[in-house]
Amino acid sequence: MAETRLIRKDALTKLFEKTRQSGRRILAPKAKGEQAFFEEVTSFGEVCLDHVQTRSSAKEAVFPKCEALLRYKFGDKGAVSYDEKPFEPPVTVVFGTRPCDARSLAALRAVFNWDTPDKFYLEREARTTIISVSCTKADSDCFCTSVGGGPGDTAGSDILLTPVSDKEYLAEILTEKGQAIVALAPELFATAGGAQKEPHLAKVAVQFDVNELAKTIPVTFNDEKVWQEQSLACLGCGTCAYVCPTCACFDIQDEANRQGGVRLRCWDSCGFSLFTLHTSGHNPRHVQSQRWRQRVMHKFSYYLERQGMLGCVGCGRCSRACPVDMNLVEHLKELALHGRNG
Amino acid sequence: MAVATSNIPNIYKPYLMRIEKVTVEAPGVRTFRLVFTNPEEAEKFTFQAGQFAEYSSFGDGESTFCIASSPTRKGYVECTFRQAGRVTSGLASKDVGDVIGFRGPYGNTFPLEAWEGKNIVFVAGGIALPPMRCVIWNVLDLRDKYKDVTILYGARTVADLVYKDELAEWDARPDVRLVTTVDPGGETPDWKGQIGFVPAVVEKAAPSAENSIAVVCGPPIMIKFTLPVLSKLGFKPENIFTTLENRMKCGVGKCGRCNVGKTYVCKDGPVFTFAQVKELPPEY
Repeated sequence: MAETRLIRKDALTKLFEKTRQSGRRILAPKAKGEQAFFEEVTSFGEVCLDHVQTRSSAKEAVFPKCEALLRYKFGDKGAVSYDEKPFEPPVTVVFGTRPCDARSLAALRAVFNWDTPDKFYLEREARTTIISVSCTKADSDCFCTSVGGGPGDTAGSDILLTPVSDKEYLAEILTEKGQAIVALAPELFATAGGAQKEPHLAKVAVQFDVNELAKTIPVTFNDEKVWQEQSLACLGCGTCAYVCPTCACFDIQDEANRQGGVRLRCWDSCGFSLFTLHTSGHNPRHVQSQRWRQRVMHKFSYYLERQGMLGCVGCGRCSRACPVDMNLVEHLKELALHGRNG
Repeated sequence: MAVATSNIPNIYKPYLMRIEKVTVEAPGVRTFRLVFTNPEEAEKFTFQAGQFAEYSSFGDGESTFCIASSPTRKGYVECTFRQAGRVTSGLASKDVGDVIGFRGPYGNTFPLEAWEGKNIVFVAGGIALPPMRCVIWNVLDLRDKYKDVTILYGARTVADLVYKDELAEWDARPDVRLVTTVDPGGETPDWKGQIGFVPAVVEKAAPSAENSIAVVCGPPIMIKFTLPVLSKLGFKPENIFTTLENRMKCGVGKCGRCNVGKTYVCKDGPVFTFAQVKELPPEY
């Protein structure tokens, strides 16, 4: 399936035009102050690829912060009826994701397609094409290579672009969805010749052995002291979950008036104390250290056992965004060490 | 750009159910009998003892309760709940004829077929009789398949006992041994049952562990002190069953909050043996 081509950077303007003309919306990193965020763009000129990483992930394209699961109307005498419309999410191209974000789709899909397929996620994903751009620079919070990814990793992308000169991208066309984009303007894609992507990729050092971590952290589960020390500064603000490309936990809430209402699904976080609070007042994870432990164990142990993959892609957003500087990699290294020492 | 819409069903869309009967069981505790508003859905619907569902008060949200009626009683489902928060208050304000949502059945089941030919001992406390009532009626409706049936049920006060009519019915049956108890001080002058906490009453009643299964549901404190008693009577952890509860939203392993370690109460449970519970981290 994979084909390799060359596309000139200045040809992307045309490709964006053609993509928009085909009825697809384009989400891409847009600069805002010192950071970049995925937003809808109308031309390539609005796109900013200068940042190592966008502040929040591209997850919203397939799993919006808040979305309607159903709408209902109240009738006479306690009657309720559904207000049903076909679910037709916009056909979308997400441009400028980093390979780690593209990889995160597999982790999201593993949850949303687990036994009972989730229409909302799967239909959005089916209508989404991912055009990633390889990383030519990384920062100290990046750790994709420690969790099986890499700055030029193709997993999850439909097209992966790697800048091979000031003027050109090497385009790896990886899926049928990717080919459909190329087919919009095939004249923009030239034969690749001998261009190689590897020399242009950022160097990201492996920081810990993830297989060892998976074996050692379950041993650490009951070591309350480690989790308490690591989470002492944690505010329980949930920022890590909101910027995370793989966090899939959600809340379901109703909003209604006398005529009817809507049932909404909204992002949630295991870092919030209300997340697990029972009506009786009992809370199975009643202190922040247990909630931090849940976050780490879920991504690096439970996910592996239940979904057969890690729940982390090493994008480093949680470490960058944490208001009290809790650094995930430092904590994982410490946990690996603790488990090893028993 | 047109893309064909697939036929994946909306797993979050509840069945619309009409309340056929409301029974006030105890202060703040109600039982609803629910029937499908769509007869085609009623036709296709099946469940098994132990499963749970998400019940909607539209405008308020969803709440998780077990199905309290037996799968042997066709044509309706029943749930029993205590009015406590926003959703249960919304539900409590509903009356016969009103429509609520029902999403389920979810979760695993009690292995009733494997229990055939055995004695069954039910131990319940307070509002934890509803998850067990489903199994009790299932066993009683197939009475020939099981040996001795013992029901030990306790509540704080006489007023807090739920299913009072059914307790009288079970008490009158020669093929059921029913022991009811209330906490000291919770009795009324005409109370004829035991007075004492559930673990002590279980010890006194001393059901035989020989060829027996125990089903235990109740507040954590009751379970904590009842398990050693059952163990002393000779019940093995793999023959003692319970149903766990944790906060849930989706009921199908996606919303991420009911897990106890790697175990999802909604998918792997809610029915567990105490041999399984012992292996769980203390997050329930």
